[in-house]
Amino acid sequence: MQDVILEIKDLTIYYETDKETVKAVNGINLIINKGETLGLVGETGAGKTTTALGILRLVPDPPGKIISGEIWYKGENLLTKTEDEMRKIRGHEISMIFQDPMTALNPVLTVGEQISEAILLHQDISKKDAMIKTMEMMELVGIEGIRHSEYPHQFSGGMKQRIVIAIALACDPSLLLADEPTTALDVTIQAQVIDLIQNLKKKMNMSMLLITHDLGVVAEICDKVAIIYGGQIVEFGDLEQIFNHTKHPYTIGLFGSIPNFKKKSHRLKPINGLMPDPANLPDGCTFADRCPNVTEHCRSGMIETIEVEPGHFVKCINLLESGDR
Amino acid sequence: MLRFIGRRLLMLIPVMLGVVLLVFSMMYFSPGNPEDYILGDMATAEDKAAFREEHGLNDPFLVQYVHYLVNALHGDLGTSYTTKLPVLGEILDRFPTTFKLAVFSTVIAVVIGVATGVISAVKQYSIWDNISRFVAIIGVSMPTFWEGLMLIILFSVILPWLPSSGFTTWRHWILPAVTIGTHSASSIMRMTRSSMLESIRQDYIRTAMAKGQKYSVVIWKHAFRNATIPVMTIIGLQFGRMLGGSAITEIVFSIPGLGNLIVNAIKVKNAPLVQGGILFMAVAMSLCNLLVDVLYAYVDPRIRSQYVSLKARKKSTTEANEVKEIA
Amino acid sequence: MAEKIEKTNIESIKVAKHSQLRDIIHRFAKNKAAVLGFVIIVIFVICALFPAQIAGTGYKVQDLKNRYQPSSSEHILGTDELGRDMFTRIVWGSRTSLSIGMLAILMACVLGVTIGTIAGYYGNTVDNILMRIIDVLMAVPNVLLGISIVAALGNSTNVLVLAIGLGSMPAFARVTRSAVIMVRDMEYIEAARATGASDARIMWKYILPNSLAPIIVQVSMGLATSILTISGLSFIGLGVPAPTPEWGSMLSSGRAVIRDYPHIILYPGIAIMLSVFAFNLFGDGLRDALDPRLKS
Repeated sequence: MQDVILEIKDLTIYYETDKETVKAVNGINLIINKGETLGLVGETGAGKTTTALGILRLVPDPPGKIISGEIWYKGENLLTKTEDEMRKIRGHEISMIFQDPMTALNPVLTVGEQISEAILLHQDISKKDAMIKTMEMMELVGIEGIRHSEYPHQFSGGMKQRIVIAIALACDPSLLLADEPTTALDVTIQAQVIDLIQNLKKKMNMSMLLITHDLGVVAEICDKVAIIYGGQIVEFGDLEQIFNHTKHPYTIGLFGSIPNFKKKSHRLKPINGLMPDPANLPDGCTFADRCPNVTEHCRSGMIETIEVEPGHFVKCINLLESGDR
Repeated sequence: MLRFIGRRLLMLIPVMLGVVLLVFSMMYFSPGNPEDYILGDMATAEDKAAFREEHGLNDPFLVQYVHYLVNALHGDLGTSYTTKLPVLGEILDRFPTTFKLAVFSTVIAVVIGVATGVISAVKQYSIWDNISRFVAIIGVSMPTFWEGLMLIILFSVILPWLPSSGFTTWRHWILPAVTIGTHSASSIMRMTRSSMLESIRQDYIRTAMAKGQKYSVVIWKHAFRNATIPVMTIIGLQFGRMLGGSAITEIVFSIPGLGNLIVNAIKVKNAPLVQGGILFMAVAMSLCNLLVDVLYAYVDPRIRSQYVSLKARKKSTTEANEVKEIA
Repeated sequence: MAEKIEKTNIESIKVAKHSQLRDIIHRFAKNKAAVLGFVIIVIFVICALFPAQIAGTGYKVQDLKNRYQPSSSEHILGTDELGRDMFTRIVWGSRTSLSIGMLAILMACVLGVTIGTIAGYYGNTVDNILMRIIDVLMAVPNVLLGISIVAALGNSTNVLVLAIGLGSMPAFARVTRSAVIMVRDMEYIEAARATGASDARIMWKYILPNSLAPIIVQVSMGLATSILTISGLSFIGLGVPAPTPEWGSMLSSGRAVIRDYPHIILYPGIAIMLSVFAFNLFGDGLRDALDPRLKS
C-alpha cells in the first residue's frame, strides 16, 4: 500500500452570482499516491481548473465557494486551515503552474525577482542567496542564469513557461498541480516542456496532478487517470485500465474522437451534443443526453460509482447488471 | 530614447504652426480694430492710422502671419498693445503663478485620487466604493467656478478661515488649489480604479497568490505597480490641462495668473498678447504631454527595453558573474 | 433540408439581434445610477421643451422692489438682482443650455466622426495629417478656444454653437478613430473587401455600425462638457447675451453679492451640476450596458 499524499473526498464547489449558481465541481473524489502522476482529463468547463484551485484554496471568492468536502494532504484537511497556514503551503508544499504562460508573469518585474519572491517567502535566507538559488533554478529549467534581470516579454512562450515552472519548483514542493501546462504552446515546444516536467518530477521526487485534455500526453507520463465530466469523476483507474479496458461511455467517446491515421475511416466520430450548462445541470447522470446507452433510470437519482476491477472506478449504473460491454 | 524624443518634437512643429495660424486668424478676422480699443475715443484719425502702420496692420494676412512666425522663432512675440511691453516678458511674469498653482493642485488631486481609487478597486462594490464613485462623478460635474464660489461661501464667509482673493500668503493658495484639485482628483480616481481593477484580474495575480504571497503585498507589489503606468499618463495630462485651463478659476479668485491675463487681453483685442499667450500655453501643454509619454516609455519595461542600450545588458552580465563568484 | 437550415439560421440571427438590444436595455435598467441619470435628463428635457407650461413666461419680468428675495410662496427659489423669479429663469435656462449643447454636439459628432473614420480607416499619411489638425485643436485649452472664437465673432448663439462644437470635435475624432482602428483589421472587413465593396460602403455599412458604442457614450459625455463650457463662458460674460436666462450668467451676477445673498449662486449652480451629473451618469451607464466585458 503506497503512501497517499493527497485525497479529495466529495469536494463540491459552486460559483454563486446574482443571476445563477454555476455548479462547477460536484462531489469529486480523487487519490494521489506519493510519487504518482494523476492525469485529470476533461473538456473545457468540466471543472478541472476549479478543482486544482480548490486544493490551494484559491477559488476566487466571490463568487466561488467551497460548499463541502475534505481535502487531505499529508494527513491534514486543507479546508480547515487558516489563510496564514495555507500561505505557507502554497508555493512550498503544493505548487501550481497555469495554462497561459503569456499572462502568468508580471510584466513590470524581472523574472529573477519573480522567482526570488517565491524563494524568499518560504526560506529564511538573504536576498543574495535567494538570487543564487534563482539562477540555479533557471539553469535547471534550461534558461541562462544571467538573464534573471530581463523582463518576461523578452522571452518566448516556451521559455516563459519554463520560468513559471522554475517559480513553482523553487521551494521543492511535494505536490505539483499542473493546469494544462502545454496547451498554449506550439507542438514542438510542448514535447520539450513535458519532458522537462517529467525529468524534474523524477529528480525532485514529486507527485503531480496533471490537468489536460490531451490523451496523448496522458499516455506518456501519467500513472493514473481520472476522467472528469460535468464536475464529476466518471471514470478512474490506472493507465492500462483506462486505455485498454475503457468502460464509461464518455471515455469511450473520447478515445473514439481521436483521429487515427492507421485505421481507415471516412468520418470523424465526435460525441453528439454538448456538455450541459453547469448552471443548469440535469437530474441524474450528466452524460445522459449524449450517451448511446442511455435508459430511463439514467435520468434521475444518484448515479453510483462502481468498482469494475480493483482500482478501476466507473460512474455508470448500466454496469451494475451486465459487467462487461 | 533620444530619437523618440526628437521625433516627437518634430511632430510638435506643425501643430504649433497650426495653433498660431488658428489664433492669428481668429484675431485677424474678428470685428473691431485694435486701435479703437487701445487708443480710445479721444484719438484722432491720424493717431489711429499711425498705430496701424506702426503695428503692420495694413499688410496682407499672410505677410503678417509669416512676420509673426519669424519673430516668434527669435523669441519675440511682439509687444502688448496696452502696456507696450514685450509680450513674452508679460507672459513669463505671470506664468510661474499659474505653474505653482497647477503643481499644488496636482499634488492634492493625486493624493486624493490615487488613494481613493485604490481603495475603491480593492473593495469593489462595497459601500466605500459606491460612495467614492458617486462623489467622483459629482466632482467632475461641478463647474469649477461654482465650486470655487461655494468654497468661498463656506470657508470665507460662513467660516472666516481663508481669504477669497489675492495671492500673497500661502493661505491664498488653498481654496483655488482645492477647487482645481478636486476636479482633477475625480478623473484620477476613476482611472486609478479602473486600472487597478484590470490589474487585479490579470493572471499574474493568481501566480503570485499561488506562491503563497500575502494578499496585501500582491495588491501593492503586483497590481499597483502595473496599474500606476496608465495613471501616470492621466496625471500628466491633467497637469498639462491645468496649465492651460485654469483661467476661470483664476478669475474667480482674482489670481494674477496667465489665464487671467489672456482672458483680459481677449476682451480688449490685444492681439499680440492673446496670440503669444495661447501659443505659450499650447507649447507648455504639448511639452508636458511629451514628458508624460517619455516617462511612460521609461517606466513600462516592455517599452523601455526597446530603447535601453547594450550598456545595460553588459552591466547585468557582470553583476551575475560577481554573484557567481561569491557562491 | 438545406432550406430548413437556412431559415432557422436567419431566424436565429434575427432573434439574436433583437435580444441583443433587449440585453443592452436590460443591463442599463439594472444600473440604478444610470437610470437616475436618465430620469434627470428627461426632466431637464421636458423643462427645455415646455418651459412656459412649467414656469410661465415671466423670466424677463423685473420687480425692482423685490430684489434678492429668498424663497417664498410666490417665488419658489427667490428672486435675483433685478427681482426676476429664479425658478422661471432656471427652467428657461435649461432650454438655453440644452439647445446650444445639442446643436454643438451634433456638429462635433458629424465632423469628428467623419474625420475619425477616415483617419482610422486609411491610416498612414491621411491619418497623420488629420490627427495633426485635431492636435492643433486640442493644444489650445478648451476655455481659451471658446473665448477666442466668441471674442472674434461675437456673442450670438450660432457662434457659441461653433465654439463649443469645435472644442468638442477632437474627442469624437479620437474616439471614433480608436474604434475604427480596432474594427478595420477584423476579418469581416477583409471579407467585405473581397466581395468588391467600395471603401465608402465599407466605412458606412460595416465599420461605423460596429464602432457606434463609444461614439454614443461620447455624445452623452460631450453634452456634459458642453453644458459646463457654456456656463463657463457665460460666467465671464462671453456667453449667451442678456437677458436670455442662462445658468452661468446667473452665477456671474450673483458673484458680487455672494456674502449677503448666497441663494442666487446656489440654485443655478445646482442646476448646472445636476444636468452635467445626469449626462455623466447616463454616459457611464451606456458604456457599461454596451460593453459589459468592461464591468465584471
